[in-house]
Amino acid sequence: MQAGLAGQGNAAEWGALLGVVLVTGVARHLGARFVAEIRRRPGVDLVVGVDVQPPRLPALELSGPAAPYRFHQLDLRRPAVSRVIAEHRVDTVVHLSVSATGLGSTNRSAVKESNVIGTMQLLGACQKAPSVRRLVVKSTTGVYGSAPRDPAVFTERIQPKNPPGGGFAKDAAEVEGYVRGFARRRPDVAVTVLRFANIVGPGADTPLSEYFALPVLPTVLGYDPRLQFVHEDDAVAVLCRAAGEAEPGTVNTGTFNVAGEGVLLLSQCARRLGRPTLPLLLPAVSWMAGLARQTRLVDVSPEQLRLLTHGRVVDTTRLRETFGYRPAFTTPEAFADFAAAQGPGLLPPERLAAVTDRLTGLLGPERAPTTQNRTARPSRPRS
Amino acid sequence: MSAAAENAPGEAKVIPIESAPSWTSPDRPALADRLADAVGGALSGQLGPAATRLFGKGWEGRAADGLAFLRRRMTGDYEVDEFGFDRELTEDVLLSLLRPLAEKYFRIEVRGIENIPAEGGALIVANHSGTIPLDALMTQVAIHDHHPQHRHLRMLAADLVFVLPGINELARKAGHTLACNEDAQALLERGEVVGVWPEGFKGIGKPFAERYKLQRFGRGGFVSSALRAGVPIVPCSIVGAEETYPMIGNFRTLARLLGLPYVPITPTFPWLGPLGAVPLPTKWTIQFGEPIATDGYPAEAADDPMLVFDLADEVRETIQHTLYKLLVQRRSVFF
Repeated sequence: MQAGLAGQGNAAEWGALLGVVLVTGVARHLGARFVAEIRRRPGVDLVVGVDVQPPRLPALELSGPAAPYRFHQLDLRRPAVSRVIAEHRVDTVVHLSVSATGLGSTNRSAVKESNVIGTMQLLGACQKAPSVRRLVVKSTTGVYGSAPRDPAVFTERIQPKNPPGGGFAKDAAEVEGYVRGFARRRPDVAVTVLRFANIVGPGADTPLSEYFALPVLPTVLGYDPRLQFVHEDDAVAVLCRAAGEAEPGTVNTGTFNVAGEGVLLLSQCARRLGRPTLPLLLPAVSWMAGLARQTRLVDVSPEQLRLLTHGRVVDTTRLRETFGYRPAFTTPEAFADFAAAQGPGLLPPERLAAVTDRLTGLLGPERAPTTQNRTARPSRPRS
Repeated sequence: MSAAAENAPGEAKVIPIESAPSWTSPDRPALADRLADAVGGALSGQLGPAATRLFGKGWEGRAADGLAFLRRRMTGDYEVDEFGFDRELTEDVLLSLLRPLAEKYFRIEVRGIENIPAEGGALIVANHSGTIPLDALMTQVAIHDHHPQHRHLRMLAADLVFVLPGINELARKAGHTLACNEDAQALLERGEVVGVWPEGFKGIGKPFAERYKLQRFGRGGFVSSALRAGVPIVPCSIVGAEETYPMIGNFRTLARLLGLPYVPITPTFPWLGPLGAVPLPTKWTIQFGEPIATDGYPAEAADDPMLVFDLADEVRETIQHTLYKLLVQRRSVFF
């Protein structure tokens, strides 16, 4: 099911009520891609982009029919957004600016302010605007935390025993709390919260991709976390689907986990990338992460370190059955697409495979590897 | 192979450092080529028949399988499920390591394996004993080796297992998960055979004097999970594990210091040091009882505490009676 990106034909009916769409966080990669995608949807009159700085790349000149696009440079922490909503009579608000890293400043308290205060201002503005009919908020599966004493697979209803104590995940949990409050005060607005797993893709700039770019991956000795990824194409498709009217037989309001099917262990990720791992004791890894953070080499936050220790897996049954979207990329496929865009590691899997294949070949031609095609994983989605 | 041609002695007079065969350089196949030729030559000459004599017939096939396994592991080309269960690693490595212990050391006799369904979910409930959860691991080997479908037992383990480094990694890869309602139900609904030891630390850490006396079964959460998933409960009685490490005392203070539920004193531990960690070679019997069906109850039955306690008691009584029966039949602890 390629309903998201390819489904231009059937989008005509359900996208008819999008109207004016306000998108926050358009200076980032995901925001920019979402804007480009939503402008092509039928039923979109105008797309208004909002962020603290202009996008690094100018907005793409789309071929074919596309809705007009306006960019407003403003800080969400100030009430200016309320004027923008009133001026354009916005129907749909897509809030993508809740993010782990700040644009420009890496100061944690500034990031927290822009996440939490920014959301409060935006929700306040939405509440006063009678034109708003739909709100979509990008959250993270980080709200479940990562702890050894929690269930292995989180469904949307599970209350974690160890909720995140700080960092971006706590911001996201607080943002979700304010969004729930907003939904109670404005029951006429359709509210969707999307909890994304780690978004990867050839161009996605998430903090985890910085980690995977290291030549040698430090890991925590005695732990092999389970990780889940979602491809940026799927992320954009899910956002578009949530921004429009629900297709018949599906519901697109509520809270949904968004992740590709399947699971990869960190050791598997390292092997598929061809990066050697360096298992270290947990205190040593925390110390190194702190040092790397202070010297601004790599930004590995404590919550990411917890993810890389205990891992996290979410259940996506609701996404597939209630929301009606099956991600085109599984977790291994999404990671393969990401890995293909990375430089070769010190232990490229193809070369290791070639060595064992040669050795197998020596044992006689009839035993030539029959598993040849197994490493040729599809990097593109199944049709 | 262009890299090999470049390095041929006739053509290349000066070999630049970058193209010298090394682990990271793109010329590594050249090194592999030379190695391969050497090994190939040796195998076709004297070494081939010698290897056949040494490793027995069909060693090439086994070597090829081993290399294919190595290749999959090195390139990360294997699958794990959502709970981290690595089927290939479990079947080829972990179970192979445990199998001699089950077959040769404890000489486990398995009865009633037909009570575990050929497909679909089932909840195995067993008695716990022996200081170290060897009984759980042995049950996993027994079910995989004796069941016609070679089913894998997915155990629900104490949270201590998932806090310890190293242990948690192995436990997840062997298919075990945290003993909580969410995970139990998720596994049962996926049609897995789930194993639970509801006595927990009360059972495994009980003194030797109380051997084969079932402890309390907690809140019976396992019954609710089985009721919700509508899967049968298979009672399982394990005889022999109690005597592997007869616990005659407990270092309470040390246990509290280390955050462990107990630190056992056995006739051999800690007196003999690491030797004391060797279990006594007892003879084991694992008996799977008649399955108790749970699909005849209404949907809200899982929330009825009386029904849950009744069913838990029924399972407990069945296991206890089977234990007594097996103990009467047993000739000796060790044979």
